[in-house]
Amino acid sequence: MQGVAGHKSRLTWAVNLTVLALVVLWLIPTAGLLVSSFRDRDQISATGWWQAPFAVEQTYRMRADAGAAVQEGGQYVIVGNVFDSDGYAGAAGRVTGFGITGRDPAGFAPGAVADLRRGGTVSVQPDGAFRVTAPEDFGRRGPNIYFQAATPPRFSLDNYARVLGADAMGQAFINTLTVTIPATVIPILIAAFAAYALAWMEFPGRGLLIAAVVGLLVVPLQLALVPLLKLHQTVGIGQSFVGIWMAHTGFGLPLAVYLLRNYMAGLPRDIIECAKVDGATDFQVFTRIVLPLSFPALASFAIFQFLWVWNDLLVAKVFLPSSDEAKVMTVKIADDLLGSRGGDWGILAAAAFTSIAVPLLVFFTLQRYLVRGLLAGSVK
Amino acid sequence: MAELKLSGIGKSFGPVEVLKDIDLHIDTGEFIVFVGPSGCGKSTLLRMIAGLERITAGTLEIDGVRMNDVPPASRGIAMVFQSYALYPHMSVRDNMAFSLKIAGKSRAEIDAAVARAAQTLQLDPYLDRLPKALSGGQRQRVAIGRAIVRDPKVYLFDEPLSNLDAALRVATRIEIAQLAEAMPDSTMIYVTHDQVEAMTLADRIVVLADKGIAQAGPPLELYEKPRSEFVARFIGSPAMNLLPGEVAETGEVTQVRMAAGGGLVAANIPTRPGDKGMAVNVGIRPEDLRPTDGAAHAFAGQVEIVEALGEVTQLHFAPHADGADPVVAKLPGIHTGLRGQTLRMAADPGRVHLFAGGVSLLYR
Repeated sequence: MQGVAGHKSRLTWAVNLTVLALVVLWLIPTAGLLVSSFRDRDQISATGWWQAPFAVEQTYRMRADAGAAVQEGGQYVIVGNVFDSDGYAGAAGRVTGFGITGRDPAGFAPGAVADLRRGGTVSVQPDGAFRVTAPEDFGRRGPNIYFQAATPPRFSLDNYARVLGADAMGQAFINTLTVTIPATVIPILIAAFAAYALAWMEFPGRGLLIAAVVGLLVVPLQLALVPLLKLHQTVGIGQSFVGIWMAHTGFGLPLAVYLLRNYMAGLPRDIIECAKVDGATDFQVFTRIVLPLSFPALASFAIFQFLWVWNDLLVAKVFLPSSDEAKVMTVKIADDLLGSRGGDWGILAAAAFTSIAVPLLVFFTLQRYLVRGLLAGSVK
Repeated sequence: MAELKLSGIGKSFGPVEVLKDIDLHIDTGEFIVFVGPSGCGKSTLLRMIAGLERITAGTLEIDGVRMNDVPPASRGIAMVFQSYALYPHMSVRDNMAFSLKIAGKSRAEIDAAVARAAQTLQLDPYLDRLPKALSGGQRQRVAIGRAIVRDPKVYLFDEPLSNLDAALRVATRIEIAQLAEAMPDSTMIYVTHDQVEAMTLADRIVVLADKGIAQAGPPLELYEKPRSEFVARFIGSPAMNLLPGEVAETGEVTQVRMAAGGGLVAANIPTRPGDKGMAVNVGIRPEDLRPTDGAAHAFAGQVEIVEALGEVTQLHFAPHADGADPVVAKLPGIHTGLRGQTLRMAADPGRVHLFAGGVSLLYR
């Protein structure tokens, strides 16, 4: 029964596996980014994100405080806990080894006693308690103690707090929204009207206009950056939010018109003629019939345009002023975070995740409009 | 209250002429059916009346007002589309109310009109459903309801039943007939390619062929007195048999000598003395052919195929000449054992049609 309609192909499992593999492939980096954005900066540099739920082994150095030395039966003794030292931040972990030289920072098992070169001993217990003894006074500085500790995983919102608060990322986030929402809505409004006219209204030159729109699809926008900016300067818009709305609208319109026109032209002619016979004007046909039926096309273009504007760096760099108040997130990440904090992965991950969270939200909100069968029951 | 007057109506798509010189007068309350082979322009003519296609020649008048350049909505017409063309995102109620809302009618008026139409078409239980939740027949009723709600002067139906299955088609056809009867003042124009619909529904059938009207008249007139070979073969199923012959005797009753042999066939069609020797086609409907023992017969041939339908038996004869259509006869009742036999067939003089040059001798 191979090839009979309605029968499942025997290769279905291959399709399913491929889809699964693709999904996993795409999800791994996202998951990594998400996990990293919550991790502690030191832990990120010690282990990969997939080890995040496990304790991290790192070595630290501390100096026993000579001022805390007490005399005890002819010996000078310093007692304390390695986890209380300045070099160690966070919750107490478990000592897995200690040493007295930087060359061999974990040469002794916890609980063992190491002999100092100058005379005296050092011992560190698994819980971090250490005891240093010496036959004579320590002088100004106590001995160095190196220790290796397994610290429990640390997750916090600190990275987000820093990204959104302290580093003016919050402002950039607002700026990105300010750019993106009008730059998505304006082209949809214009393109929907244009698409209806190009699909359903008779006027001379219609074919040429459609051809021109298709032609504009292949023009790279980089061509227009300089002339457009000069035009904006001449007109008086300059580098501003209005300017970038205009630019994104212009760059998005060809695709929008093309996409929507093709969709609307595919709507059944009978429905539109029926509405005309029912007395609807072109405007009423558009608003009452064509627009509601074009939701899938509108939603898919909205997603496209939103993502493109949200992720855009080039147009934002050109058409927005370079002051800090006008920076959008992409510019902020590229200029400030990658530049000055190239190694600060926690901040980068948090910033990156902030910037993909909204597009994900938009996608999942709009995807329910991307349904087939909107026309079901209309025409046979 | 609507009469339609089509005078000299023509339609060209660029250089291609689809219709020309259509003259037709439709009285108030008439049920007109346009039939014709596919591509003959019957739907185009309907759409021109609706205002969906531009009229490129001639004038269309509804109630004496020239309508050529009037938009569809102002012509006082309502159209039912072949594909139903329901608004898929609106409930049945909203579908029916749409035109009234556009016209700015009050809520009460709209509700009353929708309720009345729903009542007529038994759509009450479905008013709040979306079209996708309806069956084919229900959708078609909604489409008709949408027309009724507007209370138009002229109803236009564009092959409204062709998407329904056979049983539903019969039921809906009867509904449309009852609807037409219930609204004696409404003029209806109905396009179909289905003969049964045309014959049962129409007050007058308009047969369109070759860019123009081949014949317009009451169904039985078209059946009994077709103007041309085309109409004769188009109306009636199976199509009328045409057999070549030559006028042998003229007068009130014409005698025709059959070219394939078989002697003289009488037809109750008057001819002039000058017609003697004229080449004619003798047209006999399958249901008028009957087997005969006599020497004079219209046709003799071997039965090739027998189709027993119970109420009738259709006999398909071997073609009498190369390239000719096989002769078909329809005998009432059940006949067995006829296959392979050679039969002589004859018809009553009153049932014989004569055509010369494609045109009936009755109409020259």
